[in-house]
Amino acid sequence: MARAPDPDRDRHGWKWLLSAPALVVLVLAASGPLLIVAVYSFLSPGNMGGVAWEPSLEGWFKVFFSRDIFDPENVSWNTANLTVFWRTVWLSIQTTLICAVLGFPTAWFIATRPPHRRALWLFLITIPFWTNLLIRTFAIQELIRGTGMLNTVLLALHVIDEPLQLLYSNFAILLGMAYVFLPLMVLPLYAAMDKLDFRLVEAGYDLYASRWRVLWHVILPLVKPGFVAGSILVFIPSIGAYVTPRVLGGGRTMMLGNLIALQFGQGRNWPLGAALAMLLLILVTVALVVYLRAVNAEDEEKRHG
Amino acid sequence: MKKTLISTLALIVASAGAAQADGVLNIYNWGNYTSPELIEQFTRDTGIAVTITDFDSNDTALARVRQGGHGFDIVVPTHSYVQTWIQEGLLQPLDPAIVTDRDNIAPQWRDVDFDPGREYTVPWQWGTTGVLVNTSVYHGDINTADIILNPPPELDGRINVIPEMSDVMAIAIYAAGGDNVCTSDMDVLRRARDMLMAAKPHWLSIDYGTIDNYAAGDILAGIYWNGASMRARLQNPDLAYGYPTTGYPVWMDNAAVLADAQNPENAMIFINYILQPEHAAMLSNFARYANGITGSEEFMDEGMRNAPEIVIPPELVAAGRFSPACPQEIQEIRTQIWTELLQ
Repeated sequence: MARAPDPDRDRHGWKWLLSAPALVVLVLAASGPLLIVAVYSFLSPGNMGGVAWEPSLEGWFKVFFSRDIFDPENVSWNTANLTVFWRTVWLSIQTTLICAVLGFPTAWFIATRPPHRRALWLFLITIPFWTNLLIRTFAIQELIRGTGMLNTVLLALHVIDEPLQLLYSNFAILLGMAYVFLPLMVLPLYAAMDKLDFRLVEAGYDLYASRWRVLWHVILPLVKPGFVAGSILVFIPSIGAYVTPRVLGGGRTMMLGNLIALQFGQGRNWPLGAALAMLLLILVTVALVVYLRAVNAEDEEKRHG
Repeated sequence: MKKTLISTLALIVASAGAAQADGVLNIYNWGNYTSPELIEQFTRDTGIAVTITDFDSNDTALARVRQGGHGFDIVVPTHSYVQTWIQEGLLQPLDPAIVTDRDNIAPQWRDVDFDPGREYTVPWQWGTTGVLVNTSVYHGDINTADIILNPPPELDGRINVIPEMSDVMAIAIYAAGGDNVCTSDMDVLRRARDMLMAAKPHWLSIDYGTIDNYAAGDILAGIYWNGASMRARLQNPDLAYGYPTTGYPVWMDNAAVLADAQNPENAMIFINYILQPEHAAMLSNFARYANGITGSEEFMDEGMRNAPEIVIPPELVAAGRFSPACPQEIQEIRTQIWTELLQ
């Protein structure tokens, strides 16, 4: 006997179509180009850029190993690439730490203002986003260069006798990156603090906890989700940073982004560039998974312990 | 009344028709390189409206045009890339019926290796890559690569080198005794690499460096292009441009018509237009490089005609050499050295 069709099931059957726009965007805009990069990394370099459709593992080989230029039989680790990798990761970690140290008091300050004032302070935090990144980076360059504003003022005040060489140093890169990414740390931290129940802080004081203990055992654990989100938001774009190290670092040392650009441009080795780009992607994914697992495991432990 | 209306309509139709016949022209060129004054005059003279799109490197331009669907009519590649453009069929031969004045090209640029007989390209601008140094601090010989590769103490830590692999490698290879930038002579390459590695700690930056940095004295010396050097000297007369006697790169950018140009006829008209001495001079007056067109000197700005950056001293002309594009396997060695230098 035929049953009447279930109207509910019918509706559900078509419901997935509603997600079609999101799927199309994800497949075409995200996976598509990535797939091309992945394929390119297994091909041979074309003449004057581009790729030749001959499968090859040379691109991946050259990421990790190098044949000695003057003795091709002699294969060793590619220390140049690995140095660039390590510098990129290390600078990104430092940037994240600086942003966390500066971002925490900033977010705390905002979260402890009266509610009607917070909107104003948050609004001030977003002001840098109104101007193009490149222009802001050049503005920093103008501030700290040899005959720039900072040196001129310090010289006039007789604090220093000779202009400080601040530009084109690791200090300049860190300054620029921390400046650019700081809002990305402040905003999630503020979101976490906004939800913070200040009665818990008061309870801590009532139980004779010192200020330090309250900060360490009450506040920090409660705003940890903000730190996690902020660290991810700062660390990932730092690893791919291109403009800031390029303009403020003076180009004497490369970051990963610059190394990849070199292979696609003057180096004319697209497969190597593609392999480096894929490796960057894998690195970030692995770092994220490890980080989130560690955070979750710690939470689990606390819940059971 | 009716009559006026009709004649007005006729006028509108006529002018619309004229505008269509005049058409447009899309130029794909290096940024900040095309004299706006020249473009204005070209549009006034021919009625052709010009759009300019910038590229920042030969590799970018080549990659984009290879993809097709770009909509450009004219491109301006550097000499070392011209053969690739021709061999891949990306350019079309110049139409002798429209491009009638190729004889205006100076004899030394008329029959060049990268485009024998100038079938595809005409000169846009040419120049050299040399050494710019601040003579208020440095009093030695300016025509030497030692300023960069073995810098004296007064320049230590105040040197900038442009991040152009081919230019820097060329100067180092010449200084290391090589006579061909694409050399596969491992002894020369090893010496060049060692010189660069030893020199790098004395450099401040490997950046394009702005003219202002040189003028303000933030940078005291560097590898730089002659036209930019001239612009810097006009702001700070202490700056002097030297030609390393061991060898220095010469380059020429060339205008060509793309094979899939939408407006090939207008493109040919433009090519012939810039072959006229007074128009070529306008290009030079803007970009501050020489143009390779006979008779353009008299239309150039006073300061340019005998500028030491533009007019190479006769005894140093021979040290200037065109750098070809290197074969892939050589290019990889050069990239490896460059990566080692910048690691």
